[in-house]
Amino acid sequence: MKRHTAVRLLGVGALATTAALTLAACGQGFDDGGGSDASDDLTSSDDALTVMIGSSGEAETAAVEEAIAAWSAESGVDAEVLAATNLSQELAQGFAAGSPPDLFYLSTDQLAGFVDNGSVRAYGDLLDNKDDFYPSLVSNFTVDGEFVCAPKDFSTLALVINTTLWEAAGLTDADIPTTWDELASVAQTLTTDGRVGLAFGAEYQRLGAFMAQAGGRLVSADGTEAVADSPENVEALTYVKDHLADGTFAFAADIGAGWGGEAFGKELAAMVVEGNWITGGLAADFPDVEYTVAQLPEGPAGPGTMQFTNCWGMASDSPNQEAVLDLVEYLTSTDQQLAFSEAFGPMPSIESAAADWEAANPELAAFLAGSDYAIGMPTNIGITEVITDFNAQLESLATGDPQQMLESVQTNLEAVVGG
Amino acid sequence: MTATVHTPRRAGSRGGLRRGEGVAGWLFTLPIIVILGLFLFVPVLMALWVSFSDWSGRGSPLSSNVSFVGLQNYAAITTDGGLPERNFGLALRNNAWYVLLVVPLQTALSLFLAVLVSRAALRGRGFFRTAFYFPSVTSSVAITVLWLFLFSTTGVVNEVLSWIGLNGPNWFNEPRGILHLALAGLGVDAAPQSLASGSFLGVTWWDWLAGPSVAMTALILMAVFTTSGTFMLLFIAALQNIGGELSEAAMMDGANGWQRFWRITLPQLRPTLFTVITLGLIGCWQVFDQIYTGTQGAPGKTTMTPAYLSYTSAFTDQQWGIGAAISFILFLIIIVFTIFQRWVLRERAVSRRRRRPYEQAIAAAASRRAAS
Repeated sequence: MKRHTAVRLLGVGALATTAALTLAACGQGFDDGGGSDASDDLTSSDDALTVMIGSSGEAETAAVEEAIAAWSAESGVDAEVLAATNLSQELAQGFAAGSPPDLFYLSTDQLAGFVDNGSVRAYGDLLDNKDDFYPSLVSNFTVDGEFVCAPKDFSTLALVINTTLWEAAGLTDADIPTTWDELASVAQTLTTDGRVGLAFGAEYQRLGAFMAQAGGRLVSADGTEAVADSPENVEALTYVKDHLADGTFAFAADIGAGWGGEAFGKELAAMVVEGNWITGGLAADFPDVEYTVAQLPEGPAGPGTMQFTNCWGMASDSPNQEAVLDLVEYLTSTDQQLAFSEAFGPMPSIESAAADWEAANPELAAFLAGSDYAIGMPTNIGITEVITDFNAQLESLATGDPQQMLESVQTNLEAVVGG
Repeated sequence: MTATVHTPRRAGSRGGLRRGEGVAGWLFTLPIIVILGLFLFVPVLMALWVSFSDWSGRGSPLSSNVSFVGLQNYAAITTDGGLPERNFGLALRNNAWYVLLVVPLQTALSLFLAVLVSRAALRGRGFFRTAFYFPSVTSSVAITVLWLFLFSTTGVVNEVLSWIGLNGPNWFNEPRGILHLALAGLGVDAAPQSLASGSFLGVTWWDWLAGPSVAMTALILMAVFTTSGTFMLLFIAALQNIGGELSEAAMMDGANGWQRFWRITLPQLRPTLFTVITLGLIGCWQVFDQIYTGTQGAPGKTTMTPAYLSYTSAFTDQQWGIGAAISFILFLIIIVFTIFQRWVLRERAVSRRRRRPYEQAIAAAASRRAAS
């Protein structure tokens, strides 16, 4: 009997200890991380850094790992690269647990939300090379007048033309369209049975270029006013709608392709509106397709295109922000950006790398030329939902009413941006 | 230990051999209480708190700078009239049609398959059982990818349809609802005024009645295809537990196979039917993987479901309170449906109308006996 009790007591003790330990371990994740960004000073410690990236593939991961290893060797601070499979989810988990990666890719659509809840530390003005970034990129990463994070690299949209089909249709370099009318007429010429002249995804991320060429946008340049239901936007959508209807333009999904690049590679479309990532996709999946890249034609209000970019986000909860800042300067330096560009194809975010990049990629110059007039994706909190809704409506643009669509977008925008 | 019979004692009463048994009982259940509490109960309570708070996704939801906002998150998706409300309405619409079609179809198909492979006369029963069960053990992600290929514009399904002269739709890019398409076929293209004007959760009645989109229909077929195998196993197990006596007795009374199935077999399957429908309802209201890996809500938000919307609200849009509120409304919907079908499938006394023929027959037999 006595032994029995002893064993039981031991059991109780063990269980209680286990439970306490488990609870304690769980509790660690939830320390309150607020308040550290009140001071302007960056944190500093000997802690190793964690860098989380949303990689496009092996090449990108390897290039970033190599660069960060080189920086580690130089600075003496250990750093580890984590390639996230679902970046936004893994970041959100890190922020909630109070132990986010120190440095991470941050997209324009998540920027404002993370700045608003204090997860991201604004550091743009502390960068030594801050004046080297393209102004349009800096403004894309500016929230409430504060330059939040260093643009990592960027892409713009251009007109990608299948040269074989182009020549087969009797067109020459002189025919490369520079206006909407010319675009429509070459698309007409290139359209055959089973192939459309021009294809692009049914999304604001592509049609926004037409809206920009007409002089319209969704949110005013300073990000404070919803301007979706403008006559300019109606004109742009009507132009696209008319040519979707006459069969010379098509959405990639409607001709059985996942995206513009696939439609182009499979020669379902002779021209596509895509960004510079298409070069990698074509090289990998359709190496035999020959193409040239031209700037998008000018609309009634002049040239226009869209730009897409990510920045290097710094966590407010990082214990070693000084080292992070140093790492960002290293990663956005001219040499390093050119190395990244060579490894996996993005365009450098700094003007000092432009000449070298253009020399190395003369056939892609049209993408870089777009940076002069490109407009970025709006960054207001809650904008993702509005754009998703707009994209859902754009899918049926061929039969829809542009005016009505833009009115509903305007209503939704006003709720997140303000009239 | 002698095998004496004890009268059960109330827990907590002291003295005698069984002293402290209550403590031991608690002790032995403690591990599971702790595990369940830690990984199930506490997170659910925290999510409930988040749905009533303005937590922004940074740090602990229980920290001092997170405040209680009452029903604000719930109002945003049910009464505020903005985009969140319309999204929630669309998600509910999509999922309601999904449930309405998947649950009856998968239950009927799995029962049908179970009856087929349970027949004593069938050759190669093991083979068929495995074949029908196979989709259920394959990962839903793999099946979704397969489905995307099968139902692509130039995919196998459209190829087969073309053999019989049909021009298959662009399955996963067709946002129009199948009821709207059917009505358009009958010449009804636009909503009648009565349906176009009124709306619920930001979605007009006409849109509520759109039916599942063509894209959603492909996912419905997939759900039926993948889950029927699992439920077939449940039905097979239940069928094997039913004795043959009742069926044989019915056969002696002249009931044909169809009558025996409806009147003898099916009523005895009621508990299993309850299980299958309950599991089906829960699974269907929580559909997520197929959407996440396959369509991400496209085309035209017609495959967006509340579970997926809850995920995107929280993780993409940083609206954690709204995400949690959606999941709790979903929880309530599932509870209500389960209670409802439990009530429908309850054990009932035989109704008087059903009983009457038997009573008359018995009375007739008795009077015959009395007369003879």
